[in-house]
Amino acid sequence: MAELRTETMTVNMGPQHPSTHGVLRLVLQLDGETVVSVQPTIGYLHTGIEKTAEEKKYQQVIPLVERMDYLSSHSNSLGFALSVEKLLGLEMPRRVQDIRVLLAELQRLNSHLVWLGTHGMELGAVSIMLYTFRERELLLDVNELIAGFRMFPSYIRVGGLREDLPPGFHESVARILDLLPGKIEEYEDLLTHNEIFRKRTRGVGVISGASALSYGLVGPIARGAGVPYDVRKAFPYCGYETYQFDVPVGTRGDVYDRYLVRIEEMRQSIRICRQALERIPPKGEWAVDDPRVVPPPKDRVYTEMEALILHFLLYSQGFLVPRGEAYVPVEGPRGEHGCYVVSDGGNRPWRIKMRSPSMLACQALHEMIVGGMIADVIAVIGSIDVVMGDVDR
Amino acid sequence: MDAAAFIAAISAALPGAGLEDGQGVDQPTLVVPRDRLVEVCEALRDQPALRFDVLADMTAVDWWPREPRYTVVYHLLSTVNRLRLRLEVALDGADAHVPTVRRTWASAGWLEREVWDLFGIVFDGHGDLRRLLMPEDWEGHPLRKDYPVQISMKPKVYAPLQVTEEEFHSQIEKDRTVRGGTGLERGRERS
Repeated sequence: MAELRTETMTVNMGPQHPSTHGVLRLVLQLDGETVVSVQPTIGYLHTGIEKTAEEKKYQQVIPLVERMDYLSSHSNSLGFALSVEKLLGLEMPRRVQDIRVLLAELQRLNSHLVWLGTHGMELGAVSIMLYTFRERELLLDVNELIAGFRMFPSYIRVGGLREDLPPGFHESVARILDLLPGKIEEYEDLLTHNEIFRKRTRGVGVISGASALSYGLVGPIARGAGVPYDVRKAFPYCGYETYQFDVPVGTRGDVYDRYLVRIEEMRQSIRICRQALERIPPKGEWAVDDPRVVPPPKDRVYTEMEALILHFLLYSQGFLVPRGEAYVPVEGPRGEHGCYVVSDGGNRPWRIKMRSPSMLACQALHEMIVGGMIADVIAVIGSIDVVMGDVDR
Repeated sequence: MDAAAFIAAISAALPGAGLEDGQGVDQPTLVVPRDRLVEVCEALRDQPALRFDVLADMTAVDWWPREPRYTVVYHLLSTVNRLRLRLEVALDGADAHVPTVRRTWASAGWLEREVWDLFGIVFDGHGDLRRLLMPEDWEGHPLRKDYPVQISMKPKVYAPLQVTEEEFHSQIEKDRTVRGGTGLERGRERS
């Protein structure tokens, strides 16, 4: 009998594959249907935002960094603003911190809804996408309400917020918070005990806690593998230490546990949002009282010469940030986010570097993919929740 | 723990490591000599009181035309002991290479590739220094401060970015004079 000829096959996946969440390219070596090796290629979306930011004044950097991780714009701008405020030595008023917490948590819900919809759809549960995007629309409406812009509100600024909350903000957020818990139950009915979904996700894409930490995957991936680390608990910012919430932790480190962790995170986010909403008075301070950074209120600009000059200077020349460097981590939807800001004492950042949890997750892909089946590659990519804008920046 | 406590803890295991306090405003910062970097990193990772198990981020800063030109920056995190620490290594422009910490933390693999790609700093012993974000055939290292950013060239047939040496230097001069100094100083100059 003639000997069977066997060889591995090289398959190119992406960069235009719909399940790679953008433009991730994987070169897979296959032995039958088993993945032998994987070579991720990134950089297709590299737009040089960090280089561009070096030519912009500090306040102008906010819209730029929001476009990096385009599903969590608030946590990008929050990370940048906190670092710059650290250099400036600014302490935010209580109300500003609470609003920032509320927005960051709404952003987490928003991002997790997109993740859940696309992840489920890629595994064959197409209907869930329609439901999650329906609820996400309500969260985008909140962004539109506060800033007139749905994806990139640029509402969090260095020194506080862009302006005060609009009328009707509390009611619309409260409506969403009342609606969402029931909706999350519905999503769970569709997936959590769905036999097909469980078979596709349990024991798939396993990464150990130690390995996840070594690859720097602090966030939902490490928590799915049993590492109870959350920036909001370990290094609280914006007064997170005053909020009641739990950090969900998985045990097995597979796709299913990462799913459970994110679902529970959504519930905890709603809990935090409720507490924050209660604390925020409808009217009050929305920026720090510091003329170096925040322009005078409009009624003074229109009536007083000094205020007009100050306003003009702030918008034409920006403000000076003392020489130094700062990195303040925040817990984004994909893990630890944060912006390393270096100042040379001028009005433009000398260097900014956004920590990119998605890029590190792409680096660790081979840990989760190699040895598994080719169909599971899609499940793993969905479960690490990468945003290519954040990977390539 | 502040920077002095970190220096004391590491010096106990590594006498004469030559660490200095980097005076960080946000977190303790240590300046590490290049030839002791790997030892210091391993001590930071393995000592039970420290246990820096995550290399959260690393990057570089170009201080051109000042020397030492580059600072390589490592952000460390201990999830067990809830500590943060920043390490800095200063490098001369003519001698921009630093040992890799890839064997200490796996996350350094791509982070070092990115720094090499964008700054041209070589990581000795890395073994896989390829372009990460820029295309493979790209010339130059874009995040260097002397990299020409705003050269306006007429569109022509596809060719790699090419400028003459004169164009390059005059553009850098222009960039520096526009960017140099603070906004307020420049405003005064203009008026």
